[in-house]
Amino acid sequence: MIRRKPGLKQIPFVMVLPDHGRMIITAANKTAEIEGVEKGMVLADARAIISPLQYFDDEPERNEKLLNGLAEWMIRYTPIVAVDLPDGLILDVSGCAHLWSGEQQYLANIKKRLNDFGYDIRIAIADTVGAAWAIARFGYNLSVIEPGNQSTALLLLPPASLRLEADFVERLEKLGLRQVQHFINFPRASLRRRFGTGLLKRLDQALGYEEEIIQPVHPVELYDERLPCLEPIVTATGIEIALQRLLETLCGKLRQEEKGLRTALFKCYRIDGKMEMMEIGTNRPTANTKHLFRLFEDKIPTIEPALGIELFILIAPIVEELSPTQEKLWEKTGGLDNSNLIELIDRIEGKFGANHIHRYLPDDHYWPERSFKEANTIQEIFQNTWKIDRPRPLQLLSKPQIIEVTAPVPDYPPMNFRYKGKFHKILKADGPERIEQEWWLQEGQHRDYYCVEDEEGNRYWLFRSGHYDRIKSYQWFIHGFFA
Amino acid sequence: MTETKADIIARLQKDILSLQGFKSVAEKSAIDIALGQIKSAFPNSSIPLAAIHEFIYSNQEATAATGGFVSGILASLMKANGVTLWITANRTIFPPTLKSFGIAPDKIIFIELKKEKQILWAMEEALKCNGLAAVVGEIPELSFTASRRLQLAVEQSKVTGFILRDNPRSLSTTACVTRWKISSLSSSLENDMPGVGFPRWNVELLKVRNGKPGSWQVEFIAGRFRHINKVALIPQELQKKTG
Repeated sequence: MIRRKPGLKQIPFVMVLPDHGRMIITAANKTAEIEGVEKGMVLADARAIISPLQYFDDEPERNEKLLNGLAEWMIRYTPIVAVDLPDGLILDVSGCAHLWSGEQQYLANIKKRLNDFGYDIRIAIADTVGAAWAIARFGYNLSVIEPGNQSTALLLLPPASLRLEADFVERLEKLGLRQVQHFINFPRASLRRRFGTGLLKRLDQALGYEEEIIQPVHPVELYDERLPCLEPIVTATGIEIALQRLLETLCGKLRQEEKGLRTALFKCYRIDGKMEMMEIGTNRPTANTKHLFRLFEDKIPTIEPALGIELFILIAPIVEELSPTQEKLWEKTGGLDNSNLIELIDRIEGKFGANHIHRYLPDDHYWPERSFKEANTIQEIFQNTWKIDRPRPLQLLSKPQIIEVTAPVPDYPPMNFRYKGKFHKILKADGPERIEQEWWLQEGQHRDYYCVEDEEGNRYWLFRSGHYDRIKSYQWFIHGFFA
Repeated sequence: MTETKADIIARLQKDILSLQGFKSVAEKSAIDIALGQIKSAFPNSSIPLAAIHEFIYSNQEATAATGGFVSGILASLMKANGVTLWITANRTIFPPTLKSFGIAPDKIIFIELKKEKQILWAMEEALKCNGLAAVVGEIPELSFTASRRLQLAVEQSKVTGFILRDNPRSLSTTACVTRWKISSLSSSLENDMPGVGFPRWNVELLKVRNGKPGSWQVEFIAGRFRHINKVALIPQELQKKTG
């Protein structure tokens, strides 16, 4: 709010939401809080304390939206930022603080930046999410709890600091347990008996006996390398150098962990805020820098650097196991497992698209058009066999063509036929071979196939679809050419 | 001197070949391609394998005949677990039939590309890849420069390339080692039995580097090319007319 209207910084104001006919304060700024206005008060009461009091209508989703936006922004401090509704952010700062020369400076930096925006924040660092939550809300602002000290730090805090449900807090208060130290050393069995497992769980989470998982706003990519540039990059050579460097580090990492990538994304962040991206995929896990570079190389011309690129990021979202011995084996074997072949297929796929590459496997159908199917992968294996017991042409027309035929009834092969205006006299013939329609797949007439040879020695595959009958529902077709 | 005249001549002929820049690939030529008498047309009596072969044809019938002949050669090349890339603008081959030529159809990867330029790019890249048994490209027009690029690619990788040219507009010189033309011939069965017999072709070797062009009639039986006598080939009706 202050970001949009800087004038509000000095005067007290609150956000309100209607609830049962009253206006409840959902948030108050610092100036208002000093005067004694708190969250949860009725607006009328607050106006009795401060007058005039500015108030604005709150939106139920506003907090979540704001927090999400902030969480995205906070990624500059650590890659793992989670939103903790309704009013918090959780940052996993392991290995990040030293970049700001220490945890104290790290906190100060975050606080200063957010205060400048107009956010009034409380912040703390501790070993566990629970402890940090408690200290940030109930302890001293900007405090850093040394490793292992969270139990001492929690002692003086009220039970509410353990993220307990309201009625637990109330019951603890009733029993006179107003600080964590009053019950932290109670036997676990008696705590469980009185408060159930909820209290114990929260206590364990705060003390670090139980693991707590946070949901980062951006899932962390395990295999992600970034390269910021001092000067914006505008040339293709520059992009190539960046790509080469990122690939080398990423592949080094992959090789160390015996992994190979299946897809990779190369993102270029431009100084005008836009992002250019290229994506590659491979048919088999690989950590071969040279091969991956070649795959990307074909796509570099699609990147438009405009005013310049300031940050390159290389991500491998899909990674699979790859053992070096396996890779060695593939180098030597011929056949579909050969590494060189796979790399070639990757490149063709990268350049023209996967729909240009076909491999066929046998399918258990007699109908010629259905007797083979497309393989899903280059290595796919199959159980059924290719049938060669019947003559089949080497060239098959994708759609049978109608021909004019002279043929003696009932089932003799044709004597001659005319195709594309050319007359063919048939000297030799084999047949008929009847292939029935698979009625469960397609309706239609059966086909009687004949292999015929004309006087020039050319061999054809003809068929008559349907029986001879009075209404002449049959029709002759040419379907293929034999070798 | 134990060396006979014939030995000396054979040795000198080999020397001439090497002086002419013909290099035989020892390892690959170990693959026996059952070409029968056609072999005599080639230097060292074996079909050059690290090379590009060019086939021309002009109609659908000849496409099938050429496809059959090439498949016969491919079968020997692919015996040792090899894979072939078949690059074409529009696949017309019926994969299951390849099995009857001794090829595992699932070991052929078909790449369908519309533009000539794309086919040439894919062909060149494929020929550079030494993990392949052979590369077949269906491309009607092939300029001398393009053919030379392909030839340079195979010299490194020792892959065999086949170029199938349907109705080429111009038949200019190319860097391919051979140029073939295959056409169908009437088949015949033993004892004048009725029906269609094994595929028979008229194989014309129009051009061959360091060899002798010629023409043969062959029949493809059980995975082998068998030479057949010319006399038996002339259709009976024609004989009647001339006789």
